[in-house]
Amino acid sequence: MERAIRPKGKLVIQIEGVTKEYKMGDEIVKALRGVSLSIYRNEYVAIMGPSGSGKSTMMNLLGCLDTPTAGKYEFNGKNVAAMEDDELAAIRNKEIGFVFQTFNLLPRSDALANVELPLVYAGVSGEERRNRALAALESVGLGSRVHHKPNELSGGQRQRVAIARALVNNPSIILADEPTGNLDTKTSIDIMNVFEDLYNKGNTIIVVTHEEDIARHARRVVRLRDGLIESDKTISEEYLMQA
Amino acid sequence: MKEIKILFYEFNESVKIAFDQIRANKMRSILTALGVIIGILAVTLMGTAINGIDKGFDNSLSMIGYDVLYVQKWPWANVDDWWNYRNRRRIKTDYAEQLNKMIEAAPNTELITAVPQGVNIKSVKYEDNQVKGVFLLGTTDEYPIISTVDLKEGRFFSTIESRTGRPVCVIGYDIADALFPNGSAVDKVVQIGGVQCRVIGVLAKQGKFLGLFSFDSQAIIPLELLQKHFGETNNDRVVVKIKDKTRTLEAKDELTGLMRRVRGLLPDQKDDFSINEQQAFKSTLDPIKSGIALAGLFITGLSLFVGAIGIMNITFVSVKERTKEIGTRKALGARRRTILMQFLIEAVSICLVGGIVGLLLAWGMSMAIGAAASSFPVSFSFDLVIVGMAASILTGIFSGFAPAFSASKLDPVVALRYE
Ligand SMILES: Nc1ncnc2c1ncn2[C@@H]1O[C@H](COP(=O)(O)OP(=O)(O)O)[C@@H](O)[C@H]1O
Ligand SMILES: [Mg+2]
Repeated sequence: MERAIRPKGKLVIQIEGVTKEYKMGDEIVKALRGVSLSIYRNEYVAIMGPSGSGKSTMMNLLGCLDTPTAGKYEFNGKNVAAMEDDELAAIRNKEIGFVFQTFNLLPRSDALANVELPLVYAGVSGEERRNRALAALESVGLGSRVHHKPNELSGGQRQRVAIARALVNNPSIILADEPTGNLDTKTSIDIMNVFEDLYNKGNTIIVVTHEEDIARHARRVVRLRDGLIESDKTISEEYLMQA
Repeated sequence: MKEIKILFYEFNESVKIAFDQIRANKMRSILTALGVIIGILAVTLMGTAINGIDKGFDNSLSMIGYDVLYVQKWPWANVDDWWNYRNRRRIKTDYAEQLNKMIEAAPNTELITAVPQGVNIKSVKYEDNQVKGVFLLGTTDEYPIISTVDLKEGRFFSTIESRTGRPVCVIGYDIADALFPNGSAVDKVVQIGGVQCRVIGVLAKQGKFLGLFSFDSQAIIPLELLQKHFGETNNDRVVVKIKDKTRTLEAKDELTGLMRRVRGLLPDQKDDFSINEQQAFKSTLDPIKSGIALAGLFITGLSLFVGAIGIMNITFVSVKERTKEIGTRKALGARRRTILMQFLIEAVSICLVGGIVGLLLAWGMSMAIGAAASSFPVSFSFDLVIVGMAASILTGIFSGFAPAFSASKLDPVVALRYE
């Protein structure tokens, strides 16, 4: 398939012929059947597809939470497919910022402590940790809520904390799995504006979603079906031409 | 360097989480800690008892004296062939005089002096009061040289009183207390086995341990007097003070040589006497002591084990409840050892808190027992604090390891999906 977008920046993610199989008793489920995809710095990609098409599996692989059954995966030129658990943990810590549908904040820690957590695992000292976490919270518009616990924040604010946490270690990519799935429409738009902002500041963003409205914010849309890439188009090819 | 820094931050974070967690689940934490509190309390109380027993044994041994040898018919150590000893000739108290002459004549002797001791069991009576089964010692005015006992009041008998066998006596604290509850015993006349003796001194209180070797219920009279009225016994002995307690073996060899001469033994005849010292006694007592200690610690250790199982259980529950959190932490870059440490520290924290409370309770209780019953052997020591803390930490590690390890092995994908 012809690549739909001209590379602007450095190659961040390169997967080739990746498959992922799950064993369910005697049965083998093929969640991905040979997927190839390259993502460059400062791209904004939406991964779409119907339920069961392999989005989450793809997301787990891209996020180095899991390794492929077969195929090549290079992250910033490093072969991820062959890495051990703890090496993957280091990659996740430094190179990947996760944003989850359910926010996944630590309930008993305040916003600041939640955002500091990746820096704790990176071995950043107390003072610097605090300053960087404050700056990240500031950048998502939560500078005045740093000592609030998650249950003292609204859904949108919680997701902003999660985004600040994803940002704080200056990762190569921000990986968001249905980031607006638990939010109302108005708040969803707010959150997508935060992503837009981050994209404009030079971040690389991958959003997994099944909502067209959300995918519209991206610059490139990859559609999955039955474990294969069905289409990979720029936003103009995908939507504007349709219209 | 960087690794150490990361480890340090992760450690701090883990301690913080652990205490957050304890605070968030107060009731549950208290109930679980209770198991450890009881365990540590039992173990340390047993520790204080063992300490107390230890001290009691030591006291008893020091009452025997570290620098004296006992020439006796029987050995102190257990023997299987007691019939070989039964036919031995008695030890005569006048051996002491012969020994002293030889000691004086020897140029490089290890020995200082020999003191005779005749032994008997008699009742002591004063008016209507009577103490039965008193350990009656007949000896000379040199007795204080070989003894560690002090006088509470009065004096010991003089050379003349000793030589002439005057009817005087020195009595132990308990006898004085029983016969003269309201006043001084000195100058009162008591009847010892029917013989009238004037009390000239009272021994200071020694305390007793399991009734062993207490000087508190003994009476001492001149040897002359003892033998005039009660004769000799199989338990008569000669006690020899030595110069240097680090050279006990040499002293024993020398004394053996002297005793063989006293007994007139031919070179091919075996010794027909025993030379006893506290070391021999100690080696008989030590296995008993460690037997008691082991059994006690094992039984109390079981209660700590039950506490540990409680901690293990609750840590498994905690891991289960926080599966999603573990997944999140892993996604954010927590490594296996980070998660392992987090749950280990959580288990250790509960155990440590429980251990500290248990130690405080044990300290308070041993104080109370000590105040209420001073003869009961308890002794709280700093060592016990160290042992108690170490035991709590080990309990935490022991009980936290399995759940912490299972948490560290969780697949992040599976953990993140857990609801
Ligand atoms: N852990 C797993 N074990 C077994 N089968 C799985 C597992 N994860 C996903 N699958 C299967 O793989 C396919 C793709 O699933 P998934 O990646 O979750 O799709 P999506 O997120 O697009 O709904 C589905 O058929 C699903 O049942
Ligand atoms: Mg999914």
